[in-house]
Amino acid sequence: MKRRWNDGLWIVSLLYLVLGFFNILFAWLGLLCFFIPLIIAATRGSKAYCNRYCGRGQLFALLGGRFGLSRRADMPRWMKSRWFRYGFLIFFLSMFFSMLWNTYMVFAGSRQLQQVVTLLWSFRLPWHWAYPQDSVAPWVAQFSFGFYSVMLTSTLLGIATMILYKPRSWCVYCPMGTMTQLICKAKNAKQMQKNIE
Amino acid sequence: MARKGRKALVHKDECVACGCCEKVCPRSAIRVILGIVAAVDLKRCIGCGKCQRECPAAAIVMMEAEA
Repeated sequence: MKRRWNDGLWIVSLLYLVLGFFNILFAWLGLLCFFIPLIIAATRGSKAYCNRYCGRGQLFALLGGRFGLSRRADMPRWMKSRWFRYGFLIFFLSMFFSMLWNTYMVFAGSRQLQQVVTLLWSFRLPWHWAYPQDSVAPWVAQFSFGFYSVMLTSTLLGIATMILYKPRSWCVYCPMGTMTQLICKAKNAKQMQKNIE
Repeated sequence: MARKGRKALVHKDECVACGCCEKVCPRSAIRVILGIVAAVDLKRCIGCGKCQRECPAAAIVMMEAEA
């Protein structure tokens, strides 16, 4: 199969995680992974991001597929159910908004900057070396720590399900994937109906 | 090896439209439609089963069908 430029986007995803280890402010770039899929889904009504440009999906496909780090088993039925997918989306969004609230509290001066990365919404890891002291406003740094926590946590979950199930099992419950599919469903409902008929 | 009459079938309710199937199909016989669900072109599908093995949602089954 012909190789395309976008087949190498896994490098960008990997680089993102590495850069965040050295300078947490790179975490802001992760917003691209939030906005691009939503914009594509809302304007073009497609999941082109998931299908072609998702570096994280490519990374899992590479590690689980070519490097053989996946058991390649089917996921349990409950994990593929709508309840779990939509439930995880709601949980993920609530955690995301709680992170935004933390950022606001630091912006408002009611809370001090926490130089930690929180894994799986519970485990706080020291990460102070990645913050160039006083280089930016505290809330800018707080958002970086929070957002990098979201990205690292979801990567870890993705790696866990990659190992246990199929390489791109993360795609089944990826909140961005669920959201873009919902947007496409809403946008293309009529056209889909025509296709079926 | 392709088997005559064996085709991929997508369970629409389980498909998450991730596009993993598109990437592995040697005949470009399966693609995600409108960001909602993957659909198989039965005329092109040779029933190799690659998409079934790749699908993380196990939404694809192989079945006997006429092209």
